[in-house]
Amino acid sequence: MTTTIGTRVTGVAGQVGESPARPDGIEKLRGEFEYAQDLHSDRMLWGATVRSPHPYARILSVDVAPALAVGGVHAVLTANDVPGRATFGLEHPDQPVLADEVVRYWGEPVAVVAAEDDDTARRAAAAVVVEYETLEPLVDPEEADRVDEVFRRMTIRRGDQEATGAIVVEGYYEVGMQDQAPLGTEAGLAVPDGHGGVDLYATSQFVHVDQEQVVASLGLDSSQVRAHPAGIGGAFGAREDVNLHIHLCLLALHTGRPVKMVYHRSESFTGHVHRHPARLWYRHHADEEGRLVRVEARVLIDGGAYASTTAAVLANACYFAVGPYRCDSVSVDGAGTRTNNPPCGAMRGFGAVQVCFAHEAQMDRLAAALDIDPLELRRRNALASGDPIPTTGQMIETPLPTVEVIDSLLAMPMPDPSVPEDHLHLPGGSGLTTESSHVVRGVGYALGIKNLGFSEGFDDYAQARVRLADEGAVVETAAIEVGQGLVTVLAQIARTALGVSAAVVRNVDTSQIDSAGSTSASRQTQVSGGATLEAATKLRERILAEFGGDRLDDDGVWKRESLVAPMGQVTAAGLSETATFRHPPTTPPDEHGQGVVHADFAVAGHRAVVDVDPELGLVRVVRIDTAQDVGRALNPEAVRGQIEGGIMQGVGLAIMEELVLDNGVIRNPNFTDYLLPTILDAPDVEALLIEQEGSWGPFGAKGVGEPPTISSTAAIAAAIRTATGRPIERVPVRPQDIVGESAG
Amino acid sequence: MEFHHPTTIGEVLDALDAGAVPLAGGTDLMVEVNFGLFRPDHVVGLRRVAELTSWEGSTIGAGVTWRRLEDSGPRALAQAARTVGSPQIRNAGTIGGNVATASPAGDGLPFLAAVDATIDLRSSAGGRSVRWSDFFVGVKKTTLQPGELITSVTLPGELPERQAFGKVGVRNAMVIATVCCVVTRGDDGDTRVALGSVAPTTTRAHRAEEMISAVARPGPSDLAEFARLVSEEVAPITDHRSTESYRRHASGVLARRLLERCLR
Amino acid sequence: MIITFRLNDEDIHTRVSAPISLLDALRDELGLFGTKSACEQGECGSCSVILDGEVVCSCLVMAADVEGSEVTTVEGISGEGVHPVQTAMHEAGAVQCGFCTPGIVVTAAALFERNQHPSTDEIKEALAGNICRCTGYGAIVRAFEELARE
Repeated sequence: MTTTIGTRVTGVAGQVGESPARPDGIEKLRGEFEYAQDLHSDRMLWGATVRSPHPYARILSVDVAPALAVGGVHAVLTANDVPGRATFGLEHPDQPVLADEVVRYWGEPVAVVAAEDDDTARRAAAAVVVEYETLEPLVDPEEADRVDEVFRRMTIRRGDQEATGAIVVEGYYEVGMQDQAPLGTEAGLAVPDGHGGVDLYATSQFVHVDQEQVVASLGLDSSQVRAHPAGIGGAFGAREDVNLHIHLCLLALHTGRPVKMVYHRSESFTGHVHRHPARLWYRHHADEEGRLVRVEARVLIDGGAYASTTAAVLANACYFAVGPYRCDSVSVDGAGTRTNNPPCGAMRGFGAVQVCFAHEAQMDRLAAALDIDPLELRRRNALASGDPIPTTGQMIETPLPTVEVIDSLLAMPMPDPSVPEDHLHLPGGSGLTTESSHVVRGVGYALGIKNLGFSEGFDDYAQARVRLADEGAVVETAAIEVGQGLVTVLAQIARTALGVSAAVVRNVDTSQIDSAGSTSASRQTQVSGGATLEAATKLRERILAEFGGDRLDDDGVWKRESLVAPMGQVTAAGLSETATFRHPPTTPPDEHGQGVVHADFAVAGHRAVVDVDPELGLVRVVRIDTAQDVGRALNPEAVRGQIEGGIMQGVGLAIMEELVLDNGVIRNPNFTDYLLPTILDAPDVEALLIEQEGSWGPFGAKGVGEPPTISSTAAIAAAIRTATGRPIERVPVRPQDIVGESAG
Repeated sequence: MEFHHPTTIGEVLDALDAGAVPLAGGTDLMVEVNFGLFRPDHVVGLRRVAELTSWEGSTIGAGVTWRRLEDSGPRALAQAARTVGSPQIRNAGTIGGNVATASPAGDGLPFLAAVDATIDLRSSAGGRSVRWSDFFVGVKKTTLQPGELITSVTLPGELPERQAFGKVGVRNAMVIATVCCVVTRGDDGDTRVALGSVAPTTTRAHRAEEMISAVARPGPSDLAEFARLVSEEVAPITDHRSTESYRRHASGVLARRLLERCLR
Repeated sequence: MIITFRLNDEDIHTRVSAPISLLDALRDELGLFGTKSACEQGECGSCSVILDGEVVCSCLVMAADVEGSEVTTVEGISGEGVHPVQTAMHEAGAVQCGFCTPGIVVTAAALFERNQHPSTDEIKEALAGNICRCTGYGAIVRAFEELARE
């Protein structure tokens, strides 16, 4: 449904296209916003989790008696206490609620405890005695692939499989395991309702799917479980899967008391899925002019112990393995392996990040082999509306301004080329390692493409309800606000559609409205926004019809110059409209990966300027310029916020963020050694928003959350290559990767 | 739990003799408490003991914070202080605390090694002062005896004019040093090189010091030899933060650059 | 044990279960939820408070140790209204999920108390101990650059 509104309503501030301040901003600034961490209930108990210290082991026995003996403990539950389905899972319910006979990853939950306070619960959890027989963990994804321990294999074949090009470049690339590391850890409160049911308030990206899994594992009727959106301190994919949700409800129903749980940071690192580490083998064929003739790729991502969203991440990685370029001969083979490494799943970018690093490195290799400017090479191959996606053959029907992205990047001014003298502006910063004479500057470019919305035939929809009350337009939705500004933009849409100034967004629970789908895949503005626009538009039409008018504003309903119904009368009628918005349908792929697999696409490009100290291998990301295909920026400031935030995560993956595994055990599950970029690591960012009409999102909007994270890492890697001449075939880049052989 | 709030060193010593654990800035002890690794039942807080926060000439009270050292310390120590943790950590963390914790990665510690600082200790049995190299004997191991309190760190009365500090880290703030280093050079050419994160304790590169101290005006080949000796003398490990070979390499490069800075 | 200290300009006596941190005491015993716990080891700044005039991580302060001291939390900074630091952040779009926000408010309030016109570098160095995962820091820097100009 393509929707545009021609003239905006006069006299209404905070409409689509403006940047009104977020409605929860002051609350958050004053520390008054209630996060799941802050929830409280009378007679509340605290929960804690017993976790496996081994990546792979048989459970020989679980002795809960010592824990029950701790004063103040109300319950210690194991797998035997799960009344319903023993397993849960977002796509495949393969993960035990509590491990039964075997543990398959370091940190896997084995038992849960409820006690009078947090400290007692943790001490009791430590008192549970679990006897394990350790087994040899499978931690090498290539070994897993060989022995067919895979969650999914993908085969994409399009075009003439015998095609070859005059120029061939090959490469092997690796992407390390990044973590979403939202500042708010997993937290929740489950409150039994006294009739065998429960209300759950927990950090989440998708309450309806949480509710379904709780219902299944608790063996309850759907009406007995209500999942409420709760205040959340960031997500980035870490809150899509269930983690403490079922545990909390189990404990609450078992004890008859409300139970709260908050994961500590180190526990959080084991408590959620991570970005899939990847190994990628590529071969690009091109003609003498640099036009892609054929791309062959093998994509191996390690899903860890349980399925989570590995199947979908693998698919995404394979579908975007070529990048935003035309190519009529494509072969991609992918595998998402099952190992005893920590489970991996959704993280912003969802597979496209990993392949982008590889395909952009390949394009630069090709450009170097042909002695063609890297951006010119990309321009010659740029994918556009009307082209088929190179992997799936799907015709692109919405705008895809790849060439405009390239041209915009070129037009953005370069920073002052002189290297600063102040140490704070040099690699090493206040560590004083580097003088300006030690610095080499490099510039690199990268483009990326991402799907928006869910794919492969998934029934992707969102429901929203809009009513007009005394407080103004009220948008009711189960769509989760994770910080991205959905609550702001849905209100903007309601204001624009109805023509009223006051609009507020209310989260309601799963019993009060149908699903809004997940806050992920850059989809909420388009899908929940679409539902809100539809509901608000229908409501306006209904109000005008009911009161016999032709115009609605803050005063009420007007017919020509007469006010035929003052607003008080309109709100007293209590009218509301509900809409369920679905994007254009997609299909599952055929056996060669072909089909109308995706709902929409967005392209973005990044230019990174880095200063490198090659002798020490230290990198400073000076500046990142970006041009992004946004369809229509409904709230330009919020879009900029998503871009700057996403780029920062791209910087993290490029040079500092990695979970280090040692035989399945995470060596750095804390903020001392899992390094998130600080304010002193932030580059200057300039963003250009490319708006082209044609997408089906409200007012032509496209999702914006993921593209900034996708090609920013690749651009930084390219810039480091330019500065140092080093091949940089893995991210994150470590100092020793830049120093190379001279490190001894 | 018993918590004492003494205002004199004598009161602190009484509490230590009674088994209390000393608490200064909390930047090390509280991490253990938060992680459930340590539950002290008897603590003596040091924040209110005026003598511990005093700073007379070269004698720096153990309770002097990294923030004050950043503002007023000798050049290389101030430079090191600026990289300790974060502003929040520097407002709370103390030089005495880091000396007691004795992490080989402590940013402020190579300075103490380079200038041969002494650690002043007091117990109810009396006082003693120990050379830094005799005090810091292993990873998180010192020769502090039960009942002893670090009261101050004393630097030599005269410090070399030329001093430089550097710290290699993967992030520009709040980072554990991959390698850190202090180089000082006296007017007579006497050069000291002390490094952190590349051995179980802070380490002095004696052979490199000897070699370069004998050269009045080091040229490029002297500096290259100096760097080579430094990288040979350190004993780094490979861990989740970095590799042995990178640390070795970075030690030489960093020491050389700091010396070059001293020679300018 | 009972401790007595000055909290947000009010004298209070409160029981704390030792050896908990000031952060836990604020949240669990005193009902002040504005200060956030995100790492338990002083590596993120979400728990920043002002203790005797200096910004510290409250997760690293033992509650018992604030006997006789002065503590200001985000609730104290806000007071009845809105502090200029909060207004600046709000207008610059510097709040997304908001979990880091109280810590940044406290740290920035202390900065502007010391120095009304900090340079961009001074702003960044002062906030180097406050991690934000959502904004990429751009809007935060712009907010305080703007405030520094006033």
